[in-house]
Amino acid sequence: MKRRDFLKSVSGLAASAMVPAPAIWSPAKADARSETLLIVSEGGPNNLDIHGVGTNVPGYEVSWNCYDRLITHEMKSGPGGVPYYDRDKFKGELADDMNVGDMSVTFKLKKNAKFHDGTPVMAKDVKWSLDRAVSVGGFPTFQMSAGSLTKPEQFVIVDDATVRVDFATRDRLTIPDLAVIVPCVVNSELVKKNASEKDPWGLEYTKQQTAGSGAYKVTKWTAGTEVIMERNDAWVGGPVPKIKRVIWRMVPQAGNRRALLERGDADISYELPFKDFQEMKANGKLDVVSLPFSNGIQYIGMNVTKPPFDNLKVRQAVAYAIPYQKIIDAVLFGLANPMFGAAKDKPTEVAWPQPHKYYTDIEKAKALMAEAGYPNGFETTISFDLNFAGVNEPLCVLVQESLTQIGIKTTINKVPGANWRTELTKKEMPLFTNVFSGWLDYPEYFFYWCYHGNNSIFNTMSYKSPEMDKFIDGARKAAALGDTAAYDADVKSFVDLAFTDIPRIPLYQPFVNVAMQKNISGYQYWFHRRLDYRAMAKG
Amino acid sequence: MLTMIGKRLMFAIPSLIGVVIVTFLLTRALPGDPAAYFAGPAATKEAIEQIRKKLGFDRPLIEQFFRYTNDLAHGDFGNSLTTGQPVATELRNRLPASAELTLLGLLVSVAIAIPLGVLAATRPGSWIDHLCRVTTTAGVSLPVFFTGLVLVYVFYFRLGWSPAPLGRLDVFYSAPPTVTGFYLIDTLIARDFEAFRSALSQLILPATTLAIFSLAPIARMTRASMLAVLASDFVRTARASGLSPGTVIVTYAFRNAMLPVITTLSMVFSFLLGANVLVEKVFAWPGIGSYAVEALISSDFAPVQGFVLTMAVMYVLLNLVIDILYGVIDPRVRLEG
Repeated sequence: MKRRDFLKSVSGLAASAMVPAPAIWSPAKADARSETLLIVSEGGPNNLDIHGVGTNVPGYEVSWNCYDRLITHEMKSGPGGVPYYDRDKFKGELADDMNVGDMSVTFKLKKNAKFHDGTPVMAKDVKWSLDRAVSVGGFPTFQMSAGSLTKPEQFVIVDDATVRVDFATRDRLTIPDLAVIVPCVVNSELVKKNASEKDPWGLEYTKQQTAGSGAYKVTKWTAGTEVIMERNDAWVGGPVPKIKRVIWRMVPQAGNRRALLERGDADISYELPFKDFQEMKANGKLDVVSLPFSNGIQYIGMNVTKPPFDNLKVRQAVAYAIPYQKIIDAVLFGLANPMFGAAKDKPTEVAWPQPHKYYTDIEKAKALMAEAGYPNGFETTISFDLNFAGVNEPLCVLVQESLTQIGIKTTINKVPGANWRTELTKKEMPLFTNVFSGWLDYPEYFFYWCYHGNNSIFNTMSYKSPEMDKFIDGARKAAALGDTAAYDADVKSFVDLAFTDIPRIPLYQPFVNVAMQKNISGYQYWFHRRLDYRAMAKG
Repeated sequence: MLTMIGKRLMFAIPSLIGVVIVTFLLTRALPGDPAAYFAGPAATKEAIEQIRKKLGFDRPLIEQFFRYTNDLAHGDFGNSLTTGQPVATELRNRLPASAELTLLGLLVSVAIAIPLGVLAATRPGSWIDHLCRVTTTAGVSLPVFFTGLVLVYVFYFRLGWSPAPLGRLDVFYSAPPTVTGFYLIDTLIARDFEAFRSALSQLILPATTLAIFSLAPIARMTRASMLAVLASDFVRTARASGLSPGTVIVTYAFRNAMLPVITTLSMVFSFLLGANVLVEKVFAWPGIGSYAVEALISSDFAPVQGFVLTMAVMYVLLNLVIDILYGVIDPRVRLEG
């Protein structure tokens, strides 16, 4: 290029670059909008198959809507009249009929059930899929084992349309565990064709596309940007959904998600700050649904294996020093169920979660600290997961402030999301806040993971008590045998013990908040807390 | 000239090797265990070990490094764990989005900053000089995400002039067939004018945000360099010879003032790529910046390495282009290694 030419072209460019005027919506696209559900959320799936390695929670939503299970839950009316899944009632999704025997359960498959590619759903597909869930390792296998489903031999093909699941032991959670997201039925022939020796379960293939029989199928997925799902008109798992197309866009900025909702461009969103939900609820332009997490609690945990929290008096002192109400008001803007301050004479219920009897009383806490031998307090750190900093950070600041009053000086340790899991597994953090919520809504399930001496990752306090184990194991056994009296007694005992020993201090039951346009109906609460598009309608 | 370019590229090789080694070591030194992260919330120790093995993180570091470089040599950047896609494909898909935005932002910025700088230099102390000072100070002191949010608030939420900040195209348009990856160009090639309009209107706010941020250095540098040139002997001579002020300023003074401006431009371009990360977050822009940040947050090594490497290559190329431009603008500059 010549020098002069270049100079000319530069000045030419400068002259021609003008800020163009903003364009207007095209009315031609208005029709498509009425049949399309536009969802905006912060994060999107990293894998379309829940059996995949490290599939994230948004990935569960895809699996839930694009795959079928043998059975699913009925709906009942929940808090505020919102449809809420019924823990105790099941109905067939792929199965027409469920026959529970003494040590096995038999399912008859629906005759006309077809996968997205048109091949019929057969017993061999069900067996292969369940085998896959218990064999791939990681989260799916873990979830299956929660219902005592651990070996491929437990899944038996009776004939082309009949499958039997044999129980390894009597376990009340086996049937509910067949209705969670993991035991989904995959098109085995299609996936096997795309599997390789290194990848016998075809995880690479199902990562990128859905191969199920569900109500929707993914037609386009750009990781981190959008997921587009189309309705499967041949779905037999339930009534044909009303929404034809689902566009799910990732919008990282919470403020923008709110703006999109309020301007009416997006139909539905979740993962917004509590303050926004509170304001949107107040101004009434949108429908905001707030429902408590089933079987979920945010808590302050203490490592009971090391001083000073190995001392019961110290733990009680902390429990009396937490500013419970302030946390609910200032951090959650009232969107949570309190789990503290139950009346002194209130009998323990056979339920979980339920409030404990501690409340904020700094004088009492100080006295307990003196009794414990720490009249001048001590220094420690309080840790939280940065992924949920919106709640965790102000919560920890309030706790820090309050603990200073009884002489406990805390430094706040912010753990990046990627490290949180590692830190939890190490079980070295002295004081921390975390949330646990179980898919299966049974007290003994929660306690088995969080308080049992087998010390699972969720027993973040490393709490071990032979008495506690006795009650938990007792309740599990009683539940399996249907011995209600023994079950009730054991549940009450382990709840009481958890509150007297107080290795973790329950703070509140968090809410799942979803905001949607007024013309969107059919939202249902599910144990997994993600959206079920199948029941939704627009207009 | 070609041999010179070749020589320059040769010199870039050691720095690229350095980048490969440093990024590899840095990502390994990050705290956090990707295996624990990807094993999911309910993983047992054995499950984490299984995943570690699957991902190859149980091997010695040196073996991991050789495997990585071997893959790189075959053009394989590895797989991202968070998005589940090959890094090379993702970068290829996302780079045009970032480049289109950055280039347009830079173009808008140049179109405003250079005339502003020239005018301010020709009339020092006048209102336009003050205007120049105020806009540049304001532009550089407002953080990009803030400017972006304010623009979204005003032009989308309040006035409704701008489309929803939902990325490169309105949700109901489909992307044009990829030729260059730049939607503005691809939609024109496909003769899809509605999509072109949509792509353009989606670009305005983010590009303006970037432009506001990058105005300051360009305008200030233009002004300073013009002032120096205007005070020099040859301009005085030109004026004394009775040349029109326009000819003096544009033909003689501006051309001589351009070298430092070009240098600043290259600098601005590189830090715009950085500022992009925040703009992309605000406007849900599917660019490489937001991709890299997300990967970093989840200790996802491959995309971070891929990103840094791509950036390094881009810087090398950019510097080369700038050096060549020097030679075009000023024949006294010789292109030498």
